[in-house]
Amino acid sequence: MKPQWQILVVDDEEIMCESLAAWLREDGYLVDTASSGREAVELAKKTDYAIYFIDLKMPGGMDGIDTLMEIRRFHPDASIIIITAYATVDTAITAIKEGAQEYIVKPCNPEEISLLVNRIIKVKKLQRENLILRKKLQRRYQFHDIISKSPRMLEVLELAREVASLRSTVLIRGESGTGKELVARAIHFSGSRAQKPFIAVSCAALAETLLESELFGYEKGSFTGAAERKKGKFELADGGTIFLDEIGDIGPKLQADLLRVLQERSFYRVGGSEEVQVDVRVIAATHKDLRALVDEGKFREDLYYRLNVIEIHIPPLRERREDIPLLAEHFVERISHELGKPVDEIAQDAMRLLMDHAWPGNVRELENAIERAIVSCRGRTLTAEDFSFLRNNGPAKIQIPDNLTLAEMERLMIEATLRRTAGNVKEAAASLGIDRSTLYEKLKRYGIER
Amino acid sequence: MIVLGLFELRTPEDRALPPAVIPAMAEALESCLPVRVAGLKPVDAPPGALDARRGQWSAPALLETVLATLPDGIPRALGVTGADLFIPMLSFVYGQAQLKGRAGVVSVARLRQEYYGLPGNEALLVERARKEAVHEAGHLLGLVHCPSPGCVMRLSVQVGQIDLKGEAPCPSCAARLREVLA
Repeated sequence: MKPQWQILVVDDEEIMCESLAAWLREDGYLVDTASSGREAVELAKKTDYAIYFIDLKMPGGMDGIDTLMEIRRFHPDASIIIITAYATVDTAITAIKEGAQEYIVKPCNPEEISLLVNRIIKVKKLQRENLILRKKLQRRYQFHDIISKSPRMLEVLELAREVASLRSTVLIRGESGTGKELVARAIHFSGSRAQKPFIAVSCAALAETLLESELFGYEKGSFTGAAERKKGKFELADGGTIFLDEIGDIGPKLQADLLRVLQERSFYRVGGSEEVQVDVRVIAATHKDLRALVDEGKFREDLYYRLNVIEIHIPPLRERREDIPLLAEHFVERISHELGKPVDEIAQDAMRLLMDHAWPGNVRELENAIERAIVSCRGRTLTAEDFSFLRNNGPAKIQIPDNLTLAEMERLMIEATLRRTAGNVKEAAASLGIDRSTLYEKLKRYGIER
Repeated sequence: MIVLGLFELRTPEDRALPPAVIPAMAEALESCLPVRVAGLKPVDAPPGALDARRGQWSAPALLETVLATLPDGIPRALGVTGADLFIPMLSFVYGQAQLKGRAGVVSVARLRQEYYGLPGNEALLVERARKEAVHEAGHLLGLVHCPSPGCVMRLSVQVGQIDLKGEAPCPSCAARLREVLA
């Protein structure tokens, strides 16, 4: 049985519409008809037709070319055939220029239409097969939620697989948004601890005292507001893995406490005297150069060596551009499903734009960009227009005052973004293309009040 | 068993259908499809269905005529005409039927060898007419075009393609028909 390809026939003459529709239905196609350009556009918004037959001359202020152009806005790759009763070179050229795939003069030979439809459907079938194969290939390049075909990333994933079954501490380095937590999760869920908890803690998000009680828990009455004993993240992660993000941001006291946990596998709750034993694998991550912090005396060397038993460095997205199409297609599939808004693909011009972008916020920025594009897109294909915000945010439009240091500019940018998001850190971080913990760290560094 | 009406749709300028055509169609329909053919009286095609500029008869208009003349107890029927048929988009059609519907039409105008400037061959005309009747009746019963070369449901846009195919549905279409009718 033939696949149920859908065709839309658009003509203000009902008999023309219906008779062609009936003829195409005999060929097994699902055919809808529209008596005006506007009706056609409305139908095309809801359905991605394989082929559109559109009459050139239609009343009501929207002729075949207008209809074609409007449909092209949200189905850039649609196969559109313009029909007319009179062949003139001018209209043929206009139709093809505006993106019509074919131009036919009615009445035409049945063989001509049959060959035309078969040829288009053959191409559509190949495109569909191509999509299926690309998805299969994507799965081949997938390790848990990490997708890559970059040789450098594949080495990272291979290392992650190898260390998954070990208990050794892992230090993951990489810029914000490169997916450090995803790699940590992949290590946890590939190893023998997969059935036990995975607890993630952002060390940059909390003040030192709060972080201490967050990590180690506290005893009842240990401080004002400690109404009852509370377990810390280390206890909650017992048997599993604790992921300490932005480890480079912790102060000297916590560095000492953490060293003790790594050495002794035990700790004391805040305000407690009872030693708590835990079996926890530690995976730490940072975007900072910990070695440099050690050299500057800001990070304990003994802790550095304890953490850096196995080091994994995740390259930034700009250094593995071959992953952009894979990741973009993966995000389209996942986010369109999550949002309940069907989007099938990314048009070539949009993909070129994504390939050319610098992605300072790495994979997270790409993910946010895809989500924003899906929210604003009107069809089932993401076009360059849907990513226009990437162009608008380009460096050419930024006004840089004179005598400004890089740090001052960063501070101004963060303040401006927070004003725009009314102090919403999550939204601001997404807009800046960095994660929340990095933004918290920067707020702390620059003394910015929310 | 499904009852299928079969009758001649007469047009004024027609050459009369050769007498063998309709009985041969009935025989082919009953042997190739699960139908019982009910022969009906000829009906005159409405003059309004003629497009004088094109010199052809509108297939959609003749389908309306078939629908309007269906007698009680005959749920669906095929009208057969010697006139050349068209739909507005196409230069001609050999026939047209409502998919899983009630009315179909078959034209023998382009099944005649004389149409192509060749000597008449009634046996060939009858053979082609049998195939086209089964093809359009197949659509009436819910079958769509089939890619199998020998299947009667294969789309023909040239008379040579009609000659190449058989007059029965292929096993796959026969199975599909049983499924549709069940």
